[in-house]
Amino acid sequence: MSTRKPYVRPMTGWWLKNPVYIRYILRESTAVFVGIYAVILLIGLIRLSSGEAAWNGWIDAMRSPGAILFHCVALGAAVYHAITWFAVAPKVMPPLYFKGEKVPVEKLVTAQYILAGVIYLVLLGLILWS
Amino acid sequence: MHKRSNEPIVWSLFGAGGVVVAYSMPVFILITGIAVPMGIVSADVLAYDRLAGFAAGWFGKLFLLVIISLPLWQSVHRIFLSLHDFGITGGEVFFRVVLYGAALWGTLLPLYLLIGM
Amino acid sequence: MANNEKTIEIEVLRYRPEEDDKPFLQSFKVPFTDDMSVLQGVQYIKDYLDGSVSFRWSCRMAICGSCGMMINGVPKLSCKTFLREYYPGKITLEALKHFPIEKDLVIDLSDFIGKLESIKPYIVPDAPRALEEGEYLQTPRQLDRIAQFSSCINCMLCYAACPQYGLKPEYLGPAAIALLHRYNEDNRDSAKAERMQLLNAHEGVWGCTLVGYCSEVCPKDVDPAAAINRNKVNSTIDYLLRFVAPRGGN
Ligand code: SF4
Ligand code: FES
Repeated sequence: MSTRKPYVRPMTGWWLKNPVYIRYILRESTAVFVGIYAVILLIGLIRLSSGEAAWNGWIDAMRSPGAILFHCVALGAAVYHAITWFAVAPKVMPPLYFKGEKVPVEKLVTAQYILAGVIYLVLLGLILWS
Repeated sequence: MHKRSNEPIVWSLFGAGGVVVAYSMPVFILITGIAVPMGIVSADVLAYDRLAGFAAGWFGKLFLLVIISLPLWQSVHRIFLSLHDFGITGGEVFFRVVLYGAALWGTLLPLYLLIGM
Repeated sequence: MANNEKTIEIEVLRYRPEEDDKPFLQSFKVPFTDDMSVLQGVQYIKDYLDGSVSFRWSCRMAICGSCGMMINGVPKLSCKTFLREYYPGKITLEALKHFPIEKDLVIDLSDFIGKLESIKPYIVPDAPRALEEGEYLQTPRQLDRIAQFSSCINCMLCYAACPQYGLKPEYLGPAAIALLHRYNEDNRDSAKAERMQLLNAHEGVWGCTLVGYCSEVCPKDVDPAAAINRNKVNSTIDYLLRFVAPRGGN
């Protein structure tokens, strides 16, 4: 007769049990701020399409302390998203070869930081000076 | 036995959205949410005429659609997967309809508005 | 015994199916020297303190993949981890997470073995090849595409690291997908279409949310997370290609 009785451990609260999991949950949480900001932009577009007064109302709403506080947190979330996104992108892309050698992961990550920096500057330039 | 998943559709949109967020959203949040409201830069950069003019051109339309819709897809996909992470395993169809439905709405509505602008 | 011997506390999560309803911690004081691995610590417990403690091991040199356990919550090979790294703190040992505990530090790995078999972890040639036709040729570049994914020792640390496997035991999981990828990418193999069906399923690559911890704990730098996520791209291409170029069949 078999005396086997395998014990299955519960998963409750798993996300707090390892710093790696906490960082993962933090990364996934950025989605909430990204989503809310996208909705704010969508509301802005609705206001823009209904004329100048409505649009200026949207701009005014963005001046409330609560809105500014939210955007500060959202900025942090978006930057954290970017950092984690660049970190895992080499796991999604097919390996890149240069002169027969596999390009190391660190170089791929650095390249993304440089690209992001350039794009941020171009966007800022277009928004602020053109 | 091994049923093909339809995940590639939402995953592609999630991936595209993730790229858009990583490469542009910090700048937009900084300008619209912090720098202009706090008066660090002049509100002229977000003046009605300027934005309405931008939304009138086809490039502006495409640009605005991309920065509004794709981040939404990225966001709802992550939130949907997180439900399971937090042990919410029931109501999958319901949550799919609500979350992906919201992203679809957040794609079609701006599309409609932008075409009319 | 040498004079420079120190003593470390090792807690073992015990589970004896005949007697216990659930696991409990039992503490041991283990004398050790700097060259002793955690595995040797557990062997000391079995030899001198409590002969009923069960665990798996074989090679003692990080190649058989049988001695994996949670060491202070982190999945590691116990033969490749040293007691001195934890001294003067204590060590807590637990069977690999996300697998059912058979007894003490021994897990039930039948689920993993089944998955390993399901991916056809061997080269399926196009047509049988006669001996006089000679060997299959492979360029260094072709080898490079698979070398890393073929170093897996089936230790299952990656499964113990993966919360998605813990939440959904039906998920194919890191090592099985890494090996699947290794054979799919092999230029001598021709069973890719068949294996793609496993990847394309909900239980295939789509069970992954890229936590990425599997690749961090892998003792052989297999990087299963890369194998899984590159195949999300492959699966997406496969998904879309059906509409462009239907190949018939299922
Ligand atoms: S992929 Fe790495 S961690 Fe996973 S079973 Fe293979 S060797 Fe072990
Ligand atoms: S005993 Fe073989 S890997 Fe540790």
